[in-house]
Amino acid sequence: MTARVFVTLKPSVFDPQGHTITEALHQMGYGGVDDVRQGKYFELNLPGTSADQARTLATEVARKLLANPVIESYRIEVAE
Amino acid sequence: MKFAIVVFPGSNCDHDAYHATRHVLGQDAEFVWHKETDLKGADVVVLPGGFAHGDYLRTGAIARFSPVMDSVRAFAAAGNPVIGICNGFQVLLEAELLPGAMLRNTDKYKCEYVYARVEQTDTPFTNLCAKGQVLKIPIAHGEGNYYADPETIAGLHANRQVIFRYVSPAGEVTAAANPNGSLDGIAGICNLARNVVGLMPHPERACESALGSADGKIVLESVISVFAKA
Repeated sequence: MTARVFVTLKPSVFDPQGHTITEALHQMGYGGVDDVRQGKYFELNLPGTSADQARTLATEVARKLLANPVIESYRIEVAE
Repeated sequence: MKFAIVVFPGSNCDHDAYHATRHVLGQDAEFVWHKETDLKGADVVVLPGGFAHGDYLRTGAIARFSPVMDSVRAFAAAGNPVIGICNGFQVLLEAELLPGAMLRNTDKYKCEYVYARVEQTDTPFTNLCAKGQVLKIPIAHGEGNYYADPETIAGLHANRQVIFRYVSPAGEVTAAANPNGSLDGIAGICNLARNVVGLMPHPERACESALGSADGKIVLESVISVFAKA
């Protein structure tokens, strides 16, 4: 299976990078972009796992390493 | 007394810490590679500045899992003094030896002198300072924007764990004096037991007036004085 892990800053946390990107987009004429939040995307290749096993393992590594729970949250998708 | 200076792949202020402790302050100092677990009988551990593991993933996130960190954790748990400077502070946060996390600076990478006010003097790294003393010390970081949730921030203040704050040269906490957007202008904190201190400014780079400032020397002299008294 493949597990996709999306790590994003919690809504309460200011995102300086997203803010800078938003400003750049406004300067480029994309005034309709109200806000940008920058995150991280990981693909975990997990051969020989079931969907449940892949989700469990991805959750464990997201919690321990990929995301910092002080500032970030994560979402996991599992696919063939 | 002896300083152990931990070297991660990407540390680049390890030699600054070595120079300050050994050559300026005349103490014993030894490097400890991050894959080692022996702290060489040191009395103090320094986690130096730099870019451990290239700052990949998050600053300090990979370094946290280096073998040496188990020894540092045990050393800290036994009440021994540990100081994390800049990237070392970031490692201490990721290792949960200190509360909170670092965000990117609100605008850009900053390399400049700042003024850090000593908020508390009952730590091994500030005991020679006067409360409210303002130290001119350099910073050099892109991720020094200290963040914690409101409960954690309230706890830090209630337990007097905020050790350094960014201030104006006159010693006032102002928005203009805050170089990175840190909550409450927090530049350095300690743990509840007060033996683990992390700060973004580089005291080890401000130990000789010929290099611009000697204000940082008192941070290292403080911990030396603890052992001189013992």
